[in-house]
Amino acid sequence: MSPDAMRPRRGLPRVAREETPGKLIVIEGTDGVGRSTQIERLAPWIETRGHAVVQTGWNRSLLVSKLITSAKEGTLLNKVTYTLLYATDFADRLERVVIPALKAGMVVVADRYVGTALARGAVRGVDRAWMQGIYAFAPEPDLTIQMRLGVDALLLRTLDRTRLNYWESGMDQHMGEDIYDSFIEYQGRMISEYDRLAEARGWKVVDAARSIAATQLEIRRIVAPLLGIPGDRIGLEPPPSPDA
Amino acid sequence: MPSREPARSHPYPGALIVVEGIDGSGKSTQLKLLRRHLEAQGYSILFTEWNSSALVRDTMKVGKKKNLLTPTTFSLLHATDFADRYYYGILPALKAGMIVLADRYVYTAFARDTVRGVEADWVRNLYRFAAKPDLALYFEVPIDVSLDRLMTARARIKYHEAGMDLGLASNTIESFRIFQGRVLDEYARIADEHGLEVVDATTSIEAQQRDVRRLADRVLEEKRALRRIPA
Repeated sequence: MSPDAMRPRRGLPRVAREETPGKLIVIEGTDGVGRSTQIERLAPWIETRGHAVVQTGWNRSLLVSKLITSAKEGTLLNKVTYTLLYATDFADRLERVVIPALKAGMVVVADRYVGTALARGAVRGVDRAWMQGIYAFAPEPDLTIQMRLGVDALLLRTLDRTRLNYWESGMDQHMGEDIYDSFIEYQGRMISEYDRLAEARGWKVVDAARSIAATQLEIRRIVAPLLGIPGDRIGLEPPPSPDA
Repeated sequence: MPSREPARSHPYPGALIVVEGIDGSGKSTQLKLLRRHLEAQGYSILFTEWNSSALVRDTMKVGKKKNLLTPTTFSLLHATDFADRYYYGILPALKAGMIVLADRYVYTAFARDTVRGVEADWVRNLYRFAAKPDLALYFEVPIDVSLDRLMTARARIKYHEAGMDLGLASNTIESFRIFQGRVLDEYARIADEHGLEVVDATTSIEAQQRDVRRLADRVLEEKRALRRIPA
């Protein structure tokens, strides 16, 4: 099919989930909490159990991911354009990846979803009803898992791996004297927002402070019933962690 | 569900005047003439055009060329463009007591995006942050008149202007007629819903401009704190 034939000629429809045979699994959580490490291990395990997996993640759209990355290098964005560009990225991935995969009966594993948009918006003082209206087209996940780490542990884990990052420290919001203070304040508020969403929306919360393998096992235990995977298959190939 | 209520009047000392209408309605010509009239009185003016911010320009260009845009992402990118111009241009100018002249405003998105199949309520919510104009002029014109003007002026109708992305017709002119015809229907609804001032854009340029200036002058009379450039 030509790209033109594949392109929707209507606006994004509200997808009735009962009409899509696929499953949507969302992993939420702050920057640096270990989402992608866990998804790297989760996806092949789901495939081993015989389900087709499609992955999607924040800012991976063909259309605007480069623009978002370059705009964040400067000081071009205000909180409204920041919100709208991420919404564009999200809509593009929904139309090209998520909705087609759900209709085709695949398992979509999303690294961040609407929750991240709402949490970032809330911390930046963006009108909540406005954002919820924009994201109203998002299909409901079948399961959302919040990976949770307290802000002090998060800081240590981040510094263990890399330097602090301007945006991940909320420096655009002038939240502290220096990047350390800002990180603590910003990520602390992000964790609170995720907690609020988890409570309101019935997310499963996973303690991300434990080893990669232990966390992976817990995530698999939560995912298994949704996909009808028997409990004795949880620790099987591929192993929860290379060093497990 | 987000409200469909039009935004409330803004509290700023400046004035916001916008023109709307389909391509070839003559709205840009009229706005340019109004600008001369206001400049001659020494007002400080900010002029802004639809889809002109540097932020999304390249993405929009590549997206159009490579056919990457869907009605929803097209709508969101236009909103991003608008928000960029709004927060860095329009809003500061209104706060500073300037007159903002906008060639197209949120109503363009309401009309076009709805015709592209985006939910009417969704797109109204999308632009909820925008101030309600002090004066919104809608230049109403039949399709044939606008088509004649466009063909005379540049001999080629652009792909998205004709709504070719919707696959309504294989012929550009035919597609333009259908697409812009639907946009006209939407504009008629919007003019009613949001109280736009309708100008008959089939009359002479001079006659229209007289009406435009009369309407603008009336709005500006109530604005006591407008900034003028010292003579």
